[in-house]
Amino acid sequence: MNLDLDPTDRAFRDQMRTFFAEHTPPEFKARIRTGMRLEPAEYTAWQKLLHSRGWGAPSWPKEHGGAGFTPTQHYIFESEASRADAPMQYHQGLELIGPIVFTFGSEAQKAKYLPAIVAGDDWWCQGYSEPGAGSDLAAVSTRAVRDGDRYVISGQKAWTSYAHVANRMFLLARTDPQARKQAGISLFLIDMDTPGITIRPVITMDEVHHTNEVFLDDVRVPLTALLGEEGKGWGYGKVLLDRERGVTAAFTLRLAQQLRGARQAAAQALTPGGTMLDDPRVADRLAQFELEAMALETMVMRTMAEAASGQDSGPRASMIKIRWSELLQQVTEFWTELLGYDAAPFGAVGNQPLAGEGPWPAKGMLYARVTSIYGGANEIQRNIIARRALGL
Amino acid sequence: MDFDLSDEQKLLRDSAARFGEDHYAFSAWRARAAEGRGFDRANWGRMAGLGWLALNVPEADGGLGGSPIDTMVLMEAFGRVLMLEPYVSTCVIAPLLLRHAVAGPRRALMDAIAAGAAVVSLADAEPGSRFDLQHIATRAAPTDGGFVLSGDKSHALDGGVADWFIVPARTAAGVADAGGISLFLVPADAAGLSIHASRAMDHRINARLRLDGVRVGAEALIGDAGDGAPRLRQAVDHAIVARLAEALGAMDAVCEMTLQHLRTRQQFGQPLGAFQALQHRAVDMAIACEEARSMTYLATLSLDKPEAERGRIVAAAKARVSQTSLYVGRQAVQLHGGVGFSEELAVGHYLKRLTMIDMAFGNADHQRARFAALSQAPAAA
Ligand SMILES: Cc1cc2nc3c(=O)[nH]c(=O)nc-3n(C[C@H](O)[C@H](O)[C@H](O)COP(=O)(O)OP(=O)(O)OC[C@H]3O[C@@H](n4cnc5c(N)ncnc54)[C@H](O)[C@@H]3O)c2cc1C
Repeated sequence: MNLDLDPTDRAFRDQMRTFFAEHTPPEFKARIRTGMRLEPAEYTAWQKLLHSRGWGAPSWPKEHGGAGFTPTQHYIFESEASRADAPMQYHQGLELIGPIVFTFGSEAQKAKYLPAIVAGDDWWCQGYSEPGAGSDLAAVSTRAVRDGDRYVISGQKAWTSYAHVANRMFLLARTDPQARKQAGISLFLIDMDTPGITIRPVITMDEVHHTNEVFLDDVRVPLTALLGEEGKGWGYGKVLLDRERGVTAAFTLRLAQQLRGARQAAAQALTPGGTMLDDPRVADRLAQFELEAMALETMVMRTMAEAASGQDSGPRASMIKIRWSELLQQVTEFWTELLGYDAAPFGAVGNQPLAGEGPWPAKGMLYARVTSIYGGANEIQRNIIARRALGL
Repeated sequence: MDFDLSDEQKLLRDSAARFGEDHYAFSAWRARAAEGRGFDRANWGRMAGLGWLALNVPEADGGLGGSPIDTMVLMEAFGRVLMLEPYVSTCVIAPLLLRHAVAGPRRALMDAIAAGAAVVSLADAEPGSRFDLQHIATRAAPTDGGFVLSGDKSHALDGGVADWFIVPARTAAGVADAGGISLFLVPADAAGLSIHASRAMDHRINARLRLDGVRVGAEALIGDAGDGAPRLRQAVDHAIVARLAEALGAMDAVCEMTLQHLRTRQQFGQPLGAFQALQHRAVDMAIACEEARSMTYLATLSLDKPEAERGRIVAAAKARVSQTSLYVGRQAVQLHGGVGFSEELAVGHYLKRLTMIDMAFGNADHQRARFAALSQAPAAA
């Protein structure tokens, strides 16, 4: 056990620090700091920039176009990005479907899809959830029926984030209605411009259009849209569980941004006696958040090290997801509280520009509510830990 | 001890509930909110017709001279339906303060309030004042026949839809002194007044103000010069308690929606309500509502107590109702899952309203500190 970086890693850290300091667009920072997402075009520009340096896929092996980082380097990459208020890369192609493609896809699928993900040329959306299949994902009822040289897909997907931006979608559909719940499900890779796909925007509590309903009405796709074998789609998703360790790890390293933002807001929020940071109760609450984040970050470091050596981290990824989302919610709530009435202006009225510094902390606070719902709600994560790890 | 409503108050409760059902369907609310105009003049007119806008106008001024309990009953019903109308600023705060104004403008404005013809907003915060009502740097300098007002106001509830502002300003003493604060009535179209309106997350339209040499006549002064601070505190305590009742209505409504969802939404072949983890959460939400109701009653019935005692109880109630209501709002979203996060369902709008009620007139942390201070030195407050 050893926390120190060796000289090569230190040089890598310095290189990354310089890169992020020089290249992070200043206009991203106010949003990034509060945990809000960027606009899709901004994500794509960022992805292309990283790709130009060979870092388009920091978590992938080199053979598939990845950066080939060691886990320590990957950790440094993410924490330096966090330190500079640089964006996270948009994860649905990079972390969710890419690894499934390089693990289970055909050579043709790998050649077609992987380079475009790394280069930022393709945007993938995830068509898993349905109105009747949220936490109980295995209840998906979208059907894929084979008809000659095509699959015909029909059904409805819910909460498909960025379907309105994506040119591709990976989706779960039932190919065998007779089979046991999980066994009849297959995974498809489809193009969003295929006839029969209708997208309805869904605006969320933060007043942003991130997500959509997607209706699939006799969508005819070639047989090569099937990934791997029929009926194995659910199993491929398990790879996702491993990959999600990386996603939650990256999110957790971003907590430092929200903490810095809250501390800065406290130092700037004027009170009759000085600033909010002069109030010992405020300093105390910030300290509490910071030490909780420290515990979490160390959990992440251990998990990343284990992932690299192929060890099982047990339920720790679920634990990190729970604690990260809770802490993100609490920190952004506190940040908004610190602003007092300065958090009131949320939307512009008439021709006047919005008063104040922008609605980002309040939006970040509202957006944070979803982090305990998506990607396996926290209640479901707790069920998983209780059942699989604690044997209850 | 008696926590029952009188027969008249029950009638008021029932007609307020009917008003909500008739005019505040969520679909109509959403359409109105999307217009971005703050509130609905037609509803405001209906409320005037029912006499509700005159509830806190004294009988001597042609109003109903209602009690804090009447206000609580109305506000609870309004809270259930996410009322957008500027009721607390115009019909709770303004009549309480205007009672001290000189007869002419007092009667004219009270009549306009009762008729739904005037919206009045209190500009109670300044840059750097946070939630401290007496930290006021805005100056009112006497001139021949009146005053000249200059300063910045960082928040005025419903200020973006107001016809009149009540502006606290200093006629004497330094920025943090309790003395020397006077209250002025300023029309929204006064020369030198700029109004920067913005919409809050709960679709109310508030404002920041800049007063740059605004001239008002002597009759604009409410009460005697320099005696504004205790009146301001009293009016704001009444406003706080009205908003607690609003929170209570919102909490009950959002809990009912959540229970309904737990009963009907199926996952894993069962209603969500069959999962014990969620049952326990629903129970904690119900307990939170009970605590909030108790605190709201306590505060409502303490509004006529001597100032120190009143302030201590109102502060405690604001702190605890804020805490319990945010818990309820957040859990309601969580238990709804994805749909709770959508703008298309009411649930998330309840959380936003409860968040703005927490902020109003000092959030839970501020009120807890105020409670602690008043508990230590009740006599000195
Ligand atoms: C903004 C947003 C973006 C999203 N993006 C995508 C996307 O791109 N692609 C995609 O496929 N999906 C996406 N989702 C869907 C997301 O994964 C689901 O919302 C999530 O899985 C929860 O499902 P649900 O909303 O149906 O809630 P439900 O499953 O109905 O759950 C409601 C509540 O009940 C609880 N609950 C359910 N079952 C149990 C149980 N057995 N024990 C205890 N508690 C339980 C849940 O934890 C939750 O609190 C997104 C959702 C949102 C809100």
